[in-house]
Amino acid sequence: MMPIVLAVTAVILSLAAGGAIIRIARGPSLLDRVLATDVLLAILGAALCIDMAVNRHLNNLMLLVAISIIGFVGSVTVARFVADRRRHPHES
Amino acid sequence: MNPETVSGDTVIDAVSAVFMVVGALMSLGAAIGLLRFPDLMSRMHAATKPQVLGLFLLLCAVGLQMRTWWVWPVLVVAWIFQLLTVPVSAHMVGRAGYRTKHLHPELLSADELEAVVQQAAGERGFNEDGEPRRD
Repeated sequence: MMPIVLAVTAVILSLAAGGAIIRIARGPSLLDRVLATDVLLAILGAALCIDMAVNRHLNNLMLLVAISIIGFVGSVTVARFVADRRRHPHES
Repeated sequence: MNPETVSGDTVIDAVSAVFMVVGALMSLGAAIGLLRFPDLMSRMHAATKPQVLGLFLLLCAVGLQMRTWWVWPVLVVAWIFQLLTVPVSAHMVGRAGYRTKHLHPELLSADELEAVVQQAAGERGFNEDGEPRRD
């Protein structure tokens, strides 16, 4: 059963990562890109979790916590220093 | 498949497989929400799905697959850490998004911050665009 689950989740997570990367590339504002980067990090953490569950080890657990720290520090820092430089507000 | 032949191992495997697939679908839902929703606030709503519920389901799958009891406190600590950091960063991003007007005001059903901002601007002698008042 586990190889099938691995294949299914690999396809799903690849599609999700593709969508997040499209939003990072297209995102009209900096905050949209920060948000999509957070989602990309969450998808990476999900992939690490699935690797641990399928192969039955716990090596990635510290990496998972480190990824959540990186997402937290990154989005807080960027949100602190973001500025509005658009000509027309509300265009998002 | 007789009930006698289904062992506990198979049941645990099936439950964790369902958890893994549903947890991965949370990520896909967040990606679709990021692509389809119109502004920053609604995209933030979609983005929290894999960060909390998706991670919960996947950590449960890890705990079920390891078949030991001592991994559960470690997984709970990892999940609680995520629960503590995600609201803070979401608050900062939402605050910056409100201040730089990355939202469609006509899509909001309630804007409780607007009155507070207006009142604070009036007290400090600024108009609503943040410029000093000239009169």
